Amino acid sequence: MADLSALTAQALVQIGASESLAALDELRVHWLGKKGVLTEQLKALGGLKPAERPAAGARINAAKTELHSAIEARRTTLEQASIVQALTSGRIDVSLPGRGEATGGMHPITRVRLRIEELFRNAGYEVAEGPEVEDEFHNFEALNIPADHPARAMHDTFYLEDGLLLRTHTSPVQIRAMLSRKPPLALIAPGRVYRCDSDVSHSPMFHQVEGLLVDTDVSFANLKAVLHQFMEALFERPLAMRLRPSYFPFTEPSAEVDISCVLCDGQGCRVCKQTGWLEVAGCGMVHPNVFKACGIDSERYTGFAFGFGIERLAMLRYGVNDLRLFYDNDLRFLAQFARG
Amino acid sequence: MKLPVSWLRAWVDVPWSERELADRLTMLGFEVESLSPAAPPFSGVVIAEIRSAEPHPQADKLRVCKVSAGGAELQIVCGAANARAGLRTALATVGATLPGDVAIRAAKLRGVESQGMLCSARELGLGDAGEGIIELPADAPVGAALRDYLRLDESLLEIAVTPNRGDAMSVLGIARELAAASGAALRSVPDPAMAAVAAANAERFPVQLEPGAGCARLASRVIRGVNNRRPVPQWLRERLERSGLRSISPVVDVTNYVLLELGQPMHAYDMSRLKSRLHARRAAPGEKLTLLEGSEVALTADVLVIADDAGPVGMAGIMGSAGSAIGDGTTDLLLEAAWFDPRVVAGRARRYGLITDASQRFERGVDPAGQERAIERATALICALAGGQAGPACLEELPAELPVRAPVELRAAQITRLLGSAVPEVEVTRKLSVLGMNVEAAGPGRWQVAPPSWRFDIVIEADLIEELARCGGLDAIAEAAPVGARIIAGSSEVRSSETSVLQRLAARGFNEAVTFGFTDPELQRKICGAIEPVRLRNPIASNLAVMRASLWPGLLLAAQENLRRQCERVRLFEIATQFHRGADGRVREQRMIAGIVAGSRLPEQWGSARAPGDFHDLKGDVAALLALTGRSAEYQFNPGATLPCLHPGRSAQIVRDGSVIGQMGELHPALVQPIDFTYAPLLFELDYQAATGNAPVHFAPVSSFPQIRRDISFTVAADETFGRIAERVSVAASTRLRELRIFDIYQGKGVEIGRKSVALGLILQDLSRTLTDADADEVVAAVCADLRSNLDARIRE
Repeated sequence: MADLSALTAQALVQIGASESLAALDELRVHWLGKKGVLTEQLKALGGLKPAERPAAGARINAAKTELHSAIEARRTTLEQASIVQALTSGRIDVSLPGRGEATGGMHPITRVRLRIEELFRNAGYEVAEGPEVEDEFHNFEALNIPADHPARAMHDTFYLEDGLLLRTHTSPVQIRAMLSRKPPLALIAPGRVYRCDSDVSHSPMFHQVEGLLVDTDVSFANLKAVLHQFMEALFERPLAMRLRPSYFPFTEPSAEVDISCVLCDGQGCRVCKQTGWLEVAGCGMVHPNVFKACGIDSERYTGFAFGFGIERLAMLRYGVNDLRLFYDNDLRFLAQFARG
Repeated sequence: MKLPVSWLRAWVDVPWSERELADRLTMLGFEVESLSPAAPPFSGVVIAEIRSAEPHPQADKLRVCKVSAGGAELQIVCGAANARAGLRTALATVGATLPGDVAIRAAKLRGVESQGMLCSARELGLGDAGEGIIELPADAPVGAALRDYLRLDESLLEIAVTPNRGDAMSVLGIARELAAASGAALRSVPDPAMAAVAAANAERFPVQLEPGAGCARLASRVIRGVNNRRPVPQWLRERLERSGLRSISPVVDVTNYVLLELGQPMHAYDMSRLKSRLHARRAAPGEKLTLLEGSEVALTADVLVIADDAGPVGMAGIMGSAGSAIGDGTTDLLLEAAWFDPRVVAGRARRYGLITDASQRFERGVDPAGQERAIERATALICALAGGQAGPACLEELPAELPVRAPVELRAAQITRLLGSAVPEVEVTRKLSVLGMNVEAAGPGRWQVAPPSWRFDIVIEADLIEELARCGGLDAIAEAAPVGARIIAGSSEVRSSETSVLQRLAARGFNEAVTFGFTDPELQRKICGAIEPVRLRNPIASNLAVMRASLWPGLLLAAQENLRRQCERVRLFEIATQFHRGADGRVREQRMIAGIVAGSRLPEQWGSARAPGDFHDLKGDVAALLALTGRSAEYQFNPGATLPCLHPGRSAQIVRDGSVIGQMGELHPALVQPIDFTYAPLLFELDYQAATGNAPVHFAPVSSFPQIRRDISFTVAADETFGRIAERVSVAASTRLRELRIFDIYQGKGVEIGRKSVALGLILQDLSRTLTDADADEVVAAVCADLRSNLDARIRE
């Protein structure tokens, strides 16, 4: 049997000199493993006299315990050293930009439209749609605008070759809804509309939202309340609202809706032309002729309708000063709306 | 409609400032678009008389004038050709400020002292009428301020009159509204010249109205011995010009004046050019007429004309003919004030492109009781301004064809129901009466209301309720939230998923674009091929002449614009409608979602090499979009594209349930340069309905046993598709294959020419037990055997 104390001393030197956890583990296997040096020593006890065995066994076990502690101690030291090493050498530059895809976003017109839809959905209105190519009946006649009516001059209409037309407003969706369903009806209809007019403040395609509420006792007072609540909700602030009598063939009475200027708080500025008021919508009580065209009894039901331009609201909401920016699709413009 | 406030005030004396008057009109439904002074601000300009005008010693075109403006004589150098002795004109004195902040100082012009400036109308912001300096009447008071003399501080109103209120398209009409609103009296004769003019003789000109033609009344009067060369007085010219009309001659100006004042269009014929008789009749097809403004029009049978025995002398209510028009030399004239049925005038003017002051009033409705008054007013003014002897005022009418103002029933209950608040009964009567309506009680809370002759817009009860609301002020109606049960409104699933579509694309770096619904036919043909487009009859521009059959032309243009603006990487999408003609010739609308990408795979960044985005990058985006449906497996990508604008070897049709629902790919190399790209962009389009929507989730059990991964590597023919490989693997591995990953494809050195090496990762798992190595080996063996026999795969061990 080799000299146990010499072996132990040799092992302790090796353990103390080990430089990595892997090397340390190799030493553990070499000295203490199943076929390790000390394990072999234990196996060799059988060759001793029975009287000597306990004492020799105890010495070997003591040596094993000693080596085991030395290995654990060394392991702790090495682990700590490697953490210190990782902390000192693994520093990164957190100011470098993150990697991956950039984020895009939805168009400001869509943003405002979805907001409008959400507000009205919350109030129990459904969102309806209709075709962009319409016929004379839905776009004009059913809305009490017969051929040669002077009000047609207010709608510069695009015609297709077969006499159909591009809807000039979202009002035909009202007609489609009233023709296909029975009151009560509460809906809004957002969508693209077309007029052949193009300059700084007119686009040949733009977006409107139509609103309609038909029930047994819908009144002008209700119309005022809904529009006022909506405008305040959209702009998230108290606003003054005034209605000016006006004329639309499909409503009677009809009115234009002004809100106090959201840019100057009604003090007067360039946008409100110093009046303190912004025209934002048209509205009125559904004309009995419109009900008649849709087979609804105007003695039994009353209703209101309103309409506004999404671009107008988007310009006011986001301070956009040029209508044409909405259709230029300049990424420097669009990216400003790339948020949640 | 433009009006000087003073003209209105002559008809009704309201106790309101100009600003308040304008605001009141707006709130009555007559929107005042502007309230502005007749002239821009200037100061220090007085009336002066030129005493002498001598040539400038140093300059041919200049004159040295001695000018009197009340005080000491001044010397002014002037370049106007009409500067002459005796002329009274406008003098900007030293210290004056002209529009545009032009300060007038004493100066030397070519060595001659000038103590001020003689002014043209343009220099004073009074329009650009006439050449040279302003010529004032000989009785203009020398030394007086020009602003006072020309009443340049008076305000002009620009009023938007809605199409239902033809009756308000006049001074009288607006004054009537102001009188009703203020309680002030309407002056029916604001001017002594309004009184009837006694006939100086008995001459009449015969008039015949054809029944059913659309002219139910025609007042006429002969005036002989007129001098139409007399100057038009300052006040008349001023009112016309400030209302937006040009002064022409005394007779023409008077007819225009009466139109503006009373809303009754007038016409004056040169009697010497009329043959025998006037007829109001429909045009015979093919009849032609040379209009006042010189153009010749062909008439159709639905056009009402005024004719003499030789043929048409005017399109009734729209424009007179050149042949019978008044000229400077006209001495004998026939005045006409007619009532034409709005239905007969409506639309004709627009059809002929002749929207005139007269047509606008006739098609909205002219007071059928106003013809005599207008003819008297015009006769009095013409005789006063241009002399002449008038015959008797004559009237032809077809009473049965005049509009009937039937009484309309009005119910208090309906007022409350429609407005949401009651109007006291006495107020109902008062408010409607001051508007000229005849209100008769017809029982408790009921009235019969007959509108006045001039109101064409009061036909049903709602019209009366509108009048009550309008005159009471809409602000007076208190807001009240609607009551009644609101249904939980249906909202289609397709619609509700829009936000998630938008958010998913946004998260993948796409910005949403909005492009026009119409597009360039040339570009569209390149993109979509020779399909028959949906054409516009009246496009706004030739490059916006067809409805889009694809969203790609618009997106290509938008991408191109951004690249031109030095944006290196473009990712745009749009959700919008495209239009086709179906086999039956009808227009079909299809909502699409489409996108375009150009530039690198990722934004330029550290830590990853720049690589151009390719088909499979975009396919990742499309797949992410389709994943929203929860049915990714139902969408197949088959090689080739439907539209000719894609690279045939780098494009795919996206198929679901056997129908093509979209396509994607790289722009065809032959199109890259013609449509101004340097590198081929990638495009996708999907039918919105088929590519979105959301199936309800059906829960599938999750295995609680560990998974095993086995990788296999093999070579196959280079043109073998991953689709076929995956299909074989999935068949062979059966239910234990949870996921198949392809982690390498290689062609080149070490791989036989015509073949490619493919490396797959098979993730295996069982729902009911832990798989053993033997189980995994069995699956791999089955897969390898299948690939070998079906795809001629050579497995790499």
